[in-house]
Amino acid sequence: MSIDYSQKIPNNVNLSSDRVLQRALESWQPNFLDWWGDMGPTGSQQHDVYLRTATSAEPGGWAHFDYVKMPDYRWGIFLSPQVQDRKIHFGEHKGEDAWQEVPGEHRANLRRIIVTQGDTEPASVEQQRYLGLTAPSLYDLRNLFQINVEEGRHLWAMVYLLHRYFGRDGREEADALLERRSGEEDNPRILGAFNEQTPDWLSFFMFTYFTDRDGKFQLCALAESSFDPLARTTRFMLTEEAHHMFVGESGVSRVIKRTCDLMKQHNVEAPDQVRALGAIDLQTIQRYLNFHYSVTLDLFGADQSSNAATFYNSGLKGRFEESKRQDDHRLKDMAYKILDVVDGKLVDREVPMLNALNEVLRDDFIRDSVAGVGRWNKVIEKAGLPFRLTVPHKAFNRQIGTLSGVHIAPDGQPMSAEQWNANAGQWMPTEQDRAFVASLMGRVAEPGQYANWISAPLVGINKQPMDMQYVRFN
Amino acid sequence: MNAPTTDILKQHLIDPVICIRCNTCEETCPIGAITHDSRNYVVDPAICNGCNACIAPCPTGSIDNWRRVRRTEAYSLDAQLEWDELPEEQDVGDDQAAPVAGADFSPPPVDATRGSVVAPGSASRPAVNVYTLRQPATATVAGNFRVTEVGREYDTHHVVLDFGSVPFPVLEGQSIGIIPSGADARGRPHHARQYSVASPRDGERPRYNNLSLTVKRVTSDHDGQPVRGEASNYVCDLAKGDTVKVIGPFGSTFLMPDDPATHLLMVCTGTGSAPMRAMTERRRRLRKPGDGRLMLFFGARTQAELPYFGPLTQLPKDFIDINLAYSRTPGQPKKYVQDLMRERAADVAALLRDPLTHLYVCGLKGMEDGVMDALRYAADSHGLSWKELHPRLRAEGRLHLETY
Repeated sequence: MSIDYSQKIPNNVNLSSDRVLQRALESWQPNFLDWWGDMGPTGSQQHDVYLRTATSAEPGGWAHFDYVKMPDYRWGIFLSPQVQDRKIHFGEHKGEDAWQEVPGEHRANLRRIIVTQGDTEPASVEQQRYLGLTAPSLYDLRNLFQINVEEGRHLWAMVYLLHRYFGRDGREEADALLERRSGEEDNPRILGAFNEQTPDWLSFFMFTYFTDRDGKFQLCALAESSFDPLARTTRFMLTEEAHHMFVGESGVSRVIKRTCDLMKQHNVEAPDQVRALGAIDLQTIQRYLNFHYSVTLDLFGADQSSNAATFYNSGLKGRFEESKRQDDHRLKDMAYKILDVVDGKLVDREVPMLNALNEVLRDDFIRDSVAGVGRWNKVIEKAGLPFRLTVPHKAFNRQIGTLSGVHIAPDGQPMSAEQWNANAGQWMPTEQDRAFVASLMGRVAEPGQYANWISAPLVGINKQPMDMQYVRFN
Repeated sequence: MNAPTTDILKQHLIDPVICIRCNTCEETCPIGAITHDSRNYVVDPAICNGCNACIAPCPTGSIDNWRRVRRTEAYSLDAQLEWDELPEEQDVGDDQAAPVAGADFSPPPVDATRGSVVAPGSASRPAVNVYTLRQPATATVAGNFRVTEVGREYDTHHVVLDFGSVPFPVLEGQSIGIIPSGADARGRPHHARQYSVASPRDGERPRYNNLSLTVKRVTSDHDGQPVRGEASNYVCDLAKGDTVKVIGPFGSTFLMPDDPATHLLMVCTGTGSAPMRAMTERRRRLRKPGDGRLMLFFGARTQAELPYFGPLTQLPKDFIDINLAYSRTPGQPKKYVQDLMRERAADVAALLRDPLTHLYVCGLKGMEDGVMDALRYAADSHGLSWKELHPRLRAEGRLHLETY
């Protein structure tokens, strides 16, 4: 299962045996590189970056580190090893052989799933393209670029599926993935959160913590798919996704650590005093958290969805850790509690679980997110400060589904539009907050040095020394 | 045994401060040694075999933590699940053999610090993880033979497994996992144990879909206390016709070069001989004039305990250069593989000088420092610089270490 790097497009899918497919992808490749040149990290094409490249899809080959110019990164097509005689393990086809080709009746739905997933990958590169100019250290700059090239590779992973299994409309969809633009009015990316800006590094860390975690849960659900090539593709993507969440979790943690250190050192607590020291006050961090958390919750889709039921029933998309769950994996007679709004109040309502699978995945995500926030609180606790970060109520600031029409405070209290408007500035980042955070951003390019608002990481990349030159600017 | 026994364990731990609970390690572990609760991810010291498959995939570096502890005082799962941070390294005293100068603490098996993390240039592409805990393959026992003389403290078996019509592709140097039947005292299924394949890729019997293993019955723990090794006793007691559940194959770097002109320098102890047997047999079956050289250093406590002693002595002298070291022969001074390597330093150096030479070391962890030192000695005393040669061997996929 080594990856064939002698080919124009590195791959472990024996691409050279299918000349038509190979030519189609080779003609997409220059368009991808053009897109990378236009919309990839700005002003970075000549940098030598200490990057991780997969040299095989097995554990030993996931992490080969070397200096690479990003346009020369070996983007390619890597699938996890095939499991012999894999069976479908949920839905109405449970027990049958997994599909190696797309069944005609599921073609449209599978294409839609793949396109939606694929669209997020270039979108996040576009959202993050200016961040390199204000990186707080070479270590962070390198991590940003690692994420960017891997999002690019995830785009390749989805484009391979479109080209290989979906014929002409697959190729057209692959082209369209390079044509939409994050935040562009006429031709935006498909999902809302991927049209938001990632204007500063605190946003970036929150985005990689929360929004890339949505990616993790979507990929986990797709890794259960009956369509085996999709399952194998997403399984390998998960190995890369983990790094993105690491950047988010450790990034926010380091911002908190620095803030706490300065608060202790100077014996201050008020947000103004903290800001005067050039650090980001914990209250602002909480507001950023509220925003990114709630926007990401929307990505899981409507709380009741017949599409979700169809996707599960027909075996296209499973639940998170489907095979570890102890039920019948058909869910026909099972119920699930979702939130509903009755007379302006939030109430629990039981609905058929099949229709609530978006909510099931959202709740799994919430559990995972909350655990990490708890680890951030440990940093504050260790500093002996009383402040604690929390995730807001699930109904807070939601724009999709049943909860889109109501105003709910972070603690779950319903309120009027007027009350909401009067308080929104306490709960969500204001223009002033964003302007303050933006004022702290500035590139630090000395090896081993960090911007004043963030502490050093605990370990270097690939056990390298902390003062290594992770990016050479040339 | 080829080195003094020790009751010190290099326990594998995960740093809870750095870990992001992404589940990559648990997903990766081929033998299910990693588990978690809502708080921490932890490694079970009773299961982890130090294969290091989890190390590279970890996005954080939190996985690469090791503590020297007395085996009897290893941190339990319950203790690890309670941690907010790793404990300090304890002073466990120095009841090991005198440490070799410069031998730093390093994690076990595929030794990424000293050995290659890439396969030899001309190695075939291996299949890996074809069968998993979720979907194991079933094999039938085609034979089970004792390969050491009958002894009180040692009993090593050569077990042949037949896969019938189920494809189970292996290369020399790879290993497989066996899941013992039944359940433990708490009603949970037993964990899989990993064994190196002792036969070449075309089968123990050529062109049959079978393979062989070399398994030593475990009857005592590292302290010499009586203990019954669940998996090894299960395998050693298998009878012809029994069926077993098998997972794998595992391993993608400890592989032999396919180029017949390459030389193999093999160093092993006990059942670490399994991959050497596989590689040697592969070379023997394809043998033709002009092939590269084979040199073997093989250690055991006594001749009676050396697996395959009889068959080894039958191999032609011009095919393989065999050197046997015994550390417990009554009336003789203790001799370890590294001692023999020093005696043969000139010939070892001649091989080291040749860019076609590939090195393989497999067996007990305790021998690794001594073997590395003997290699350094052979190189440096014959006009080669080990300091320069070692990284080259590593980078070119020509130095492979697998110790446990």
